[in-house]
Amino acid sequence: MTVHEKLSMAQALNRALRDAMTEDPTVVVFGEDVGPLGGVFRITDGLTADFGEDRCFDTPLAESGIVGVAVGMAMNGMRPVVEMQFDAFAYPAFEQIVSHVAKMRNRTRGRVALPMVIRIPYAGGIGGVEHHCDSSEAYYAHTPGLHVVTPSSATDAYALLREAIASPDPVVFLEPKKLYWSKEEVELGSRPPAIGRAVVRREGTDATLIAYGPGVPIALEAAEVADREGRSLQVVDLRSIVPFDDETVCAAVRSTGRAVVVAEAAGFASVSSEIVARVTERCFHSLAAPIRRVTGFDIPYPPPKYEHLHLPGVDRVLDAVDTLQWEDS
Amino acid sequence: MTGDADHLLPSDTPVALIDPYGNPVADAGRALPDEATLQRALASLITARRLNDQAYALVRQGRLAVYPSSHGQEACQVVAAQVLADGDWLFPTYRDTVAAVERGVDPVEALTLLKGDWHCGWDPYEHRVAPHATPLATQLPHAVGVAHAARLRGEKTVVMALCGDGGTSEGDFHEALNFAAVLRAPVVFLIQNNEYAISVPLARQTAAPSLAHKGVGYGIPGERVDGNDAAALLSVLGEAVERARAGEGPQLIEAHTYRMQAHTNADDATRYRNAEDVEAWVARDPIVRLSAYLKTDETAFREQAERVAEHVRDGLNRDIEPDPALLFAHVYATPTPQLREQADQLTDELEREGALG
Ligand SMILES: Cc1ncc(C[n+]2csc(CCOP(=O)(O)OP(=O)(O)O)c2C)c(N)n1
Ligand SMILES: [Mg+2]
Repeated sequence: MTVHEKLSMAQALNRALRDAMTEDPTVVVFGEDVGPLGGVFRITDGLTADFGEDRCFDTPLAESGIVGVAVGMAMNGMRPVVEMQFDAFAYPAFEQIVSHVAKMRNRTRGRVALPMVIRIPYAGGIGGVEHHCDSSEAYYAHTPGLHVVTPSSATDAYALLREAIASPDPVVFLEPKKLYWSKEEVELGSRPPAIGRAVVRREGTDATLIAYGPGVPIALEAAEVADREGRSLQVVDLRSIVPFDDETVCAAVRSTGRAVVVAEAAGFASVSSEIVARVTERCFHSLAAPIRRVTGFDIPYPPPKYEHLHLPGVDRVLDAVDTLQWEDS
Repeated sequence: MTGDADHLLPSDTPVALIDPYGNPVADAGRALPDEATLQRALASLITARRLNDQAYALVRQGRLAVYPSSHGQEACQVVAAQVLADGDWLFPTYRDTVAAVERGVDPVEALTLLKGDWHCGWDPYEHRVAPHATPLATQLPHAVGVAHAARLRGEKTVVMALCGDGGTSEGDFHEALNFAAVLRAPVVFLIQNNEYAISVPLARQTAAPSLAHKGVGYGIPGERVDGNDAAALLSVLGEAVERARAGEGPQLIEAHTYRMQAHTNADDATRYRNAEDVEAWVARDPIVRLSAYLKTDETAFREQAERVAEHVRDGLNRDIEPDPALLFAHVYATPTPQLREQADQLTDELEREGALG
């Protein structure tokens, strides 16, 4: 059965939590302000009222405690879905995430799995003050043992979160907060697997833009503008950073022979670096030009009044596309 | 090590010297601060309230991105700064803009973060006020470090470290108190217990009899004080500062107060508390109380508050053109070659945009 509803990404995430909690009594949601308030972004709106305090509850204000307790609950038959209030406020939990969440399966030779989800609103573009806009994906993606996913649409948000909750492995679920309020028709029924699968968001023949999460709308807009200027750009949305879908990404790049990676995070030692390395290793002979990256600068996320100078925008993407050694220019 | 923990425990009820009606509390067991000290506190309280309300209005006018107000908590804000000497340090959180101002930071600079022009708007060494800390409790170990360094350097510095009730649940709170105790660092930890951490009430934060009781586990004396009673705060915090200065080590003070407004303008407090709960605290307002006790002519204080509000309006209504070079200037002592390249790239981009018109 396929149900369609017009939902924002925030509502789609709420729906995913609800549906998972309804289907599986071991799914529990906890974190800071996720109870009666419904989370500062309202992702957990109404869950305590509808499922009771045992299923969705406010914890003391301590991220290491939240993730550490989730580890214990996952060891003992539950599927915790925890919320970190903002990207930078997950850092107190870093020790738990890197040393335990990521490694438990490996340390115990597969005997102890941690089916848990760490939801993190991340990235900028909302005029937030310091510590509220970090693109922290590289820290997690660099840590073996964690799945790292990030939706760019309400439909994917629903599908990815359902899959993340069902996953036998821990998933760091990165929610681009600037996209929380964008609405679309969401397909709630049948869901083709999304973790580990990139998708082509827009067909194009001249070059491929590779993006994920908050970078996707920028890539799509750039493709739109390029189209009016007579250049056909394909857009690939990773959705899943780990596992990485080499097949879809490489097939896309081979089809055009040129590529630009678009990401909000600082470029140095980043997910975008990894994408360029992987694609170059696999597609070198199909490339007409070196792959370019359009990323945030290698600086701490700047104050609101500087955000527009820092964030990769359509012009920066199109400038990069222009440098891809076009014979005719 | 002493087995006797009793001297570390706080009093059964918060220390109070002036009741909500402005009457001296009988048998308070402590002397009221002198008249001049209280007058100075009242003057600052009136400015503090004006500053809070001006900032709040500026959010509505779109001049500030966000403002976590200390409306109702002004006694804590003002006294935390007033009990310090020039060479001391203050470590504020995002809610403690008013405390930073009381310490001497220009209110426009104090609001830079929330206006969005830069992160920290002031020079932390000028008035010895650390940058606003947003990641909860992370400033507390820094406060201990500054205090310990001061001791190693033979300075008589005391550090006032501020924290909210919610922040006491973080690991850094525990680590800071333990370090301070073991190092006998001259730090006064002041918890403003305003009963909420965004939507989460204190009862969900701790099962301890009071937050001040947390001191005993570290070997730190704890005390509770009525956070809306400036006189009691002056007495309790003043004594804690002097003891720290005399080498008696850290102390933990819990000031019981109330967050009268939403967490920030972005928060909807009606989702988790009743208007009546807030209403009950109106009668305990810190300014009304001190004002009723002192019964002075406040005209000059109000004029001073208006001058500060005007200064804030002028400052915040001024648009500052962002300087792109600033993005790269202070990431390292010397920008890396990569940052210089990125700065050039941005300059080039902006020049081309400018040329296009
Ligand atoms: C490490 C960390 N986690 C979460 C947050 C998000 N956050 C900001 S303020 C706040 C509540 C803090 O409550 P409290 O310590 O009582 O201070 P108050 O706001 O009441 O002054 C939360 C959860 C944060 N700033 N830092
Ligand atoms: Mg509080």
